[in-house]
Amino acid sequence: MPIALEEIASQLAAPGKGLLASDESTGTIGKRLEKAGFENSEETRRSYRELFYTAPIGDAGISGAILFKETLRQSAGDGTPFTQCLLRQGVLPGIKVDEGLVPLEGRPGETSTRGLEGLEAACRQYAADGARFAKWRAALKVGAGRPSERAIELNAQQLAEYAAVCQACGMVPIVEPELLIDGDHDTAAFAHASARAISRCGVVLEATLLKPQMILPGRLRAIHPAMHALAGADYSGPRPSPDDVAHETLRVMRRCVPPALPGIMFLSGGQTEEEATVNLNRINQLAQQQGRAPWALSFSFGRSLQASVLKLWSEDPSGNRQRCRDMAAALAQANSQAVLGRFEGPHPSVTSQQGSLRESFRGWRTDV
Amino acid sequence: MASVALAGTTLVAKAGVARQGRRRSSVNVNAAAYNGAYAEELVATANKIATPGKGILAMDESNATCGKRLESIGLENTVESRQAYRELLVTTPGLGEYISGAILFEETLFQDTRKGTSMVDELNKNGILPGIKVDKGLHPLANSNGESWCAGLDGLDQRCADYYKQGARFAKWRSVVSIPAGPTAIAVRDCAYGLARYAAIAQNAGLVPIVEPEILLDGEHDIDRTLEVAEMTWAETFKYLADNNVLFEGILLKPSMVTPGAEHKKRSTPDEVASYTLKMLRRRVPPAVPGIMFLSGGQSELESTLNLNAMNQSPNPWHVSFSYARALQNSVLKTWKGEEGNVQIAQEALLKRAKANSQAQLGKYDPAGESSEAAKGMFEKGYTY
Repeated sequence: MPIALEEIASQLAAPGKGLLASDESTGTIGKRLEKAGFENSEETRRSYRELFYTAPIGDAGISGAILFKETLRQSAGDGTPFTQCLLRQGVLPGIKVDEGLVPLEGRPGETSTRGLEGLEAACRQYAADGARFAKWRAALKVGAGRPSERAIELNAQQLAEYAAVCQACGMVPIVEPELLIDGDHDTAAFAHASARAISRCGVVLEATLLKPQMILPGRLRAIHPAMHALAGADYSGPRPSPDDVAHETLRVMRRCVPPALPGIMFLSGGQTEEEATVNLNRINQLAQQQGRAPWALSFSFGRSLQASVLKLWSEDPSGNRQRCRDMAAALAQANSQAVLGRFEGPHPSVTSQQGSLRESFRGWRTDV
Repeated sequence: MASVALAGTTLVAKAGVARQGRRRSSVNVNAAAYNGAYAEELVATANKIATPGKGILAMDESNATCGKRLESIGLENTVESRQAYRELLVTTPGLGEYISGAILFEETLFQDTRKGTSMVDELNKNGILPGIKVDKGLHPLANSNGESWCAGLDGLDQRCADYYKQGARFAKWRSVVSIPAGPTAIAVRDCAYGLARYAAIAQNAGLVPIVEPEILLDGEHDIDRTLEVAEMTWAETFKYLADNNVLFEGILLKPSMVTPGAEHKKRSTPDEVASYTLKMLRRRVPPAVPGIMFLSGGQSELESTLNLNAMNQSPNPWHVSFSYARALQNSVLKTWKGEEGNVQIAQEALLKRAKANSQAQLGKYDPAGESSEAAKGMFEKGYTY
């Protein structure tokens, strides 16, 4: 195991640093662009991503950016490959390598993840193209009788195999276990099943990163896509306080994550840009206070680093490009401060007042 | 709030209707970790034991094993001699400064000292929590490679309840894994699973379970092989602990340190042992677990202390301490020799070892002034507890 991989993992999870998750599949980013009034074309997607990679996000605290495979081979308007735009400002390119969720045979409502077949060849190519880390998303539903033993074992095994292949190809694996849960037992059951699978597959924990959700206690969460429609776009109810989020999140992380793992990079999910930052900030402050939190507590945000940028862009696609880049950097900076527990505000977001960034086309659908 | 709750009910009801008529296959029951009547007390007890500068005195030798100790200093193995010896240990003045818990054998938990006070009361007076060995020993594991499994789950819930009533506040269960034998997958699985079931039962009876899968020192294997087996054993153990809804904040671990096998040609330095052991712990033990209390397993008193000290040179996300039997008692026995007149100096010997390990827990141990007796290894090939 080359020490270099452990160093990359530490670099990604360095103090005050976090990740830009810009690896939305064509379908997902397309729906967002269309909602903002844009066409879902390859050029629009390229032009949109360019806003971020040519912004000074490296200085603003971004250590790595996760890309979709289409984006890995795209370039800025001046011909500079995106990987170069990132690397020259100290941002490591990463790549989403899973191919989405598939329904689990005989287990309605449960899923496994596609992408192991041909993964090794794909990873070797991505590494040659400049990717230094990868990401894989597994999903488990919690509800009456779920997750099943089968779902836990299969998803754990898949992400362990993915992580092993990734490391063998010279990339740091990020593991994203998405769980919609109200309690934390099932987190522990899946976490330790994964830990065992990972151990059996010879994955080096010191060169692995985790991308879980923050735990938002008391929030009503849908457990089936149909419920999104029934409940309406924003069914979140009363929002938990940052203190509650911090306490619950740390409690669950302490139960599930061994110290050897260098960084926990939280996803933002449907939180507003401001919520995600404030919650991350409180998590870090509480961790500093309480101790016994030996991993970096950082971010790998998608919507929470992009929503305001997209909004500004939609208001004046040609004229606002510089404002968009400034916003990208400002959002990154706010979250970088949050990792240090030093975020004070005001938050640069121009979308938080509009409420949750929850989307009905994300989550459990297997065709996104 | 009411409208949200109502919406929730409606949604759940609709989902339920959709699921009617489908055969339910084997599933995980969605239960959270133990949160019953003893939850808070378990966490408090575990944290009390895992106090900086303190560790556990393991004095839970079975009658047969205790007999071996007594016979080694020329004493007969009787109830009275076991009583006299254990009384010497629990009444050591000031022991509570370095010892936060003492593991007892069943006989001792229900025993009085010769002056009529109970062993339990003497420990509590000394500020030491009484613990109790609850397993029923090792038996040959069928169809394995000469390996063992640990018995004791039958009636464990009742035993634990009785022990709690008698004053015990934590429990211990020791299972073993043998590297020369493989170990085989069935041996590792049974070790891990038995520990998980015991832990769940103990917590429900108010006893903090010490989880002890001892990887035996016997063997010619190198330290890398020990690391491999230790990682696998703990991965298996934590998976079953999680499955059994054990409350991690209310358990303690009792691992063996990661060292080469006793018959391996190359010895390891304390720094090497510390580095390998910490690597294993960091990979396998979530920070929710408050304390890791190492067993000594045949190492000399000096080695056990030096290794523990090396592990505490920088902050750890859990309390890293000791739960020593032979490594705390060897000098005591040799000093006492069964004579009433030697009780005080024997108790001083115990305090000396307890203090040394307390210093090691704080990372401040200084080996200057240790006797040659302390450096004597205590490894016995094929040792049975």
